[in-house]
Amino acid sequence: MFKIVKREEMSEGTVILNEIEAPLIARKAKPGQFVILKANETGERIPLTMAETDPEKGTITVIYMVVGKSTALFKTLMVGEGYQDIIGPLGKPTDVEKVGNVVCVGGGTGIAVLHPITRALKEIGNHVTSIIGARSKDLLILEDKMKAVSHELLITTDDGSYGRKGFVTDALKDVLDKGDTQLVVAIGPVPMMKFVSKLTQEYGVKTIVSLNPIMVDGTGMCGGCRVTVGDQTKFACVDGPEFDGHKVDYDELMLRLQAYCEHEQQCYNDFCMLNPQ
Amino acid sequence: MVEQETKKVKREKIPRQPMPEQEPELRAKNFEEVPFGYSPETAMKEAERCLQCKKPACIAGCPVEIDIPGFIRLIKEGEFTKSIRKLWERNSLPAICGRVCPQEIQCEGVCIVGKKGEPVAIGNLERFAADWERENGTGDLPPKAEPKGKKVAIVGSGPAGLTVAGDLIVKGYEITVFEAFHKPGGVLLYGIPEFRLPKEIVAQEINFLERLGVKVECNQVVGRTVSINELFEDGYDAVFIGVGAGLPILLNIPGKNLIGIYSANEYLTRSNLMKAYRFPEYDTPIIRGRNVVTLGAGNVAMDSARTALRLGAENSRIVYRRSRTEVPARDAEVHHAEEEGVEFFFLAAPTKFIGNDQGRVVGMECLKMELGEPDDSGRRRPVPMEGSEFELECDLVIVAVGAGANPLLTQSTEGLALNKWGYIQADPKTGKTTKKGVWAGGDIVTGSATVILAMGAGRIAANSIDDYLTWGW
Repeated sequence: MFKIVKREEMSEGTVILNEIEAPLIARKAKPGQFVILKANETGERIPLTMAETDPEKGTITVIYMVVGKSTALFKTLMVGEGYQDIIGPLGKPTDVEKVGNVVCVGGGTGIAVLHPITRALKEIGNHVTSIIGARSKDLLILEDKMKAVSHELLITTDDGSYGRKGFVTDALKDVLDKGDTQLVVAIGPVPMMKFVSKLTQEYGVKTIVSLNPIMVDGTGMCGGCRVTVGDQTKFACVDGPEFDGHKVDYDELMLRLQAYCEHEQQCYNDFCMLNPQ
Repeated sequence: MVEQETKKVKREKIPRQPMPEQEPELRAKNFEEVPFGYSPETAMKEAERCLQCKKPACIAGCPVEIDIPGFIRLIKEGEFTKSIRKLWERNSLPAICGRVCPQEIQCEGVCIVGKKGEPVAIGNLERFAADWERENGTGDLPPKAEPKGKKVAIVGSGPAGLTVAGDLIVKGYEITVFEAFHKPGGVLLYGIPEFRLPKEIVAQEINFLERLGVKVECNQVVGRTVSINELFEDGYDAVFIGVGAGLPILLNIPGKNLIGIYSANEYLTRSNLMKAYRFPEYDTPIIRGRNVVTLGAGNVAMDSARTALRLGAENSRIVYRRSRTEVPARDAEVHHAEEEGVEFFFLAAPTKFIGNDQGRVVGMECLKMELGEPDDSGRRRPVPMEGSEFELECDLVIVAVGAGANPLLTQSTEGLALNKWGYIQADPKTGKTTKKGVWAGGDIVTGSATVILAMGAGRIAANSIDDYLTWGW
């Protein structure tokens, strides 16, 4: 079992942080890589990109939003309990290079994934501006942590309950208008990454996105996570999860993420009926 | 003399004992094993058919050289416990081999009894001995050599790796098997369906190895969680790589990424390993098609098409670009599939998949083919017939046209020479790779083959590893 040593509900019980004992993975993991978690015998294999790793302590941290049966099941796991299986680190690490001015854009739980990448980009000597956004103030996570690893932090909420009212793309446009941005890293919901990429393409700024399609094994064996990048089919688990944002076919990705929506609904409803909260 | 003559006549009159099995209409709706196995009486009767040849062709026909007349004689004598021990001398996975080996081209294919009539049912007898031991046996383990104080790491817990583990543990080595999935068994677990190889049997064969002292570490992706070089740093004296082929081949035609188009790897892994056929009791979902098309006609295609029937398909069709003569699957598998209602479309190949506005597959366009000149594989090349387009309605497509070499481990290991297709170069006589202390065998060396050929490669490598750890590289 992989024991949970710290658990935090980050916003209204919908965004959960788990710090988990996984010394072999913590020893090897680099920013941008993911793990696959399986809660119990009958559980599904769920890929999550790591938000933090501590090789000395031998722990990894994941942050997830409760959206279906599997994450609802994860939510029931308390400190001292744990996951039956965790596999990793999987995928390619982020290419961390000194390029000059970098903008890191995060939305929702994507901010958790963005955080270690932002830190690495700053540590190597880039000037980092970060833009983080959420639907509303109570769903915004990791503001302080992002502030600590960025030279400048901009915040947007869809409803205007905190920071600038609007989308991350609105804030990004202003930054890009100043010119002299060499790289944008965007991690969040697929529509956010799509619109960020569309915008940066107009400005001709290289953009990296991190994708989280449906997966089974995470080692390139099944092809379930295939995405179209440029004119090629790539497996997000081994060729990614990060890709050139200007080349990803987001519409196909969004459709493929809906493959099991009926199954998910059925599963989630059954679970909620048995575990009322 | 007279007595011997009567015995011979009596033996010749015994027909090959059929294996009772579930009725096709019934079994096409459940995941329980198709054949029921022999009773002790039937097994003893079948064992009597063996001629006990002085120079047995069957042993030479077996990739792991089981003493076939030896274990069959013990069954005939009712010495079932001794019979399984005879099998274990050469094979640590008899319950599996008895079920999935292509005996018709190996031991049974060269059986002398088969020259005039039907060969001795060697596979059924092997299965009987293993099942009898599991259900009624003493649980006593075979003898083990004194500890040698040397450690061997095995990467991959499929048939090749398990064979190396079984062979070396009894020779006194310390063995650890590293498995990337959360459960051991490799293709035996994720690939071969329950109705052909119950997972309980795989678990018990692995449990047998664990009782012998083999350590199994799951969730270890060698190449990611730990590297081959780190295994040596951790004190392992030799490494065997048996990770399987593990890269799905998908068709590069329009619509290939529509929802409802699975690689056979994904479809079977969801159903077998993740138990999606028991959704929602198990959380992993699977698309249950009504009109299912499986592309390809190997054993994996048969497994896929038969799984689709069990998941409620009204039509389960196999589309294959060559003719019935070239079908690579075992006759027994094709026969079982046909009995259950799988339909075959020979000499046809898809040219594009058709989707709806939700990105789900609703059909495919195919072309009829005819056979031309032989190609590199010696089989006649399928040639498209112009203007022969036709459409097939389908809401689920399983692509079972083969597998390639998964680069995850091979690309992260220095000094391991690969061939032009990405498979590991290994000496066929020893299993040695170009990296010192590293052996490889099974599908990652040969490309997709069978369980028993992987086990044969495991046997060769185990002997070579033993030599190396005794005498040097």
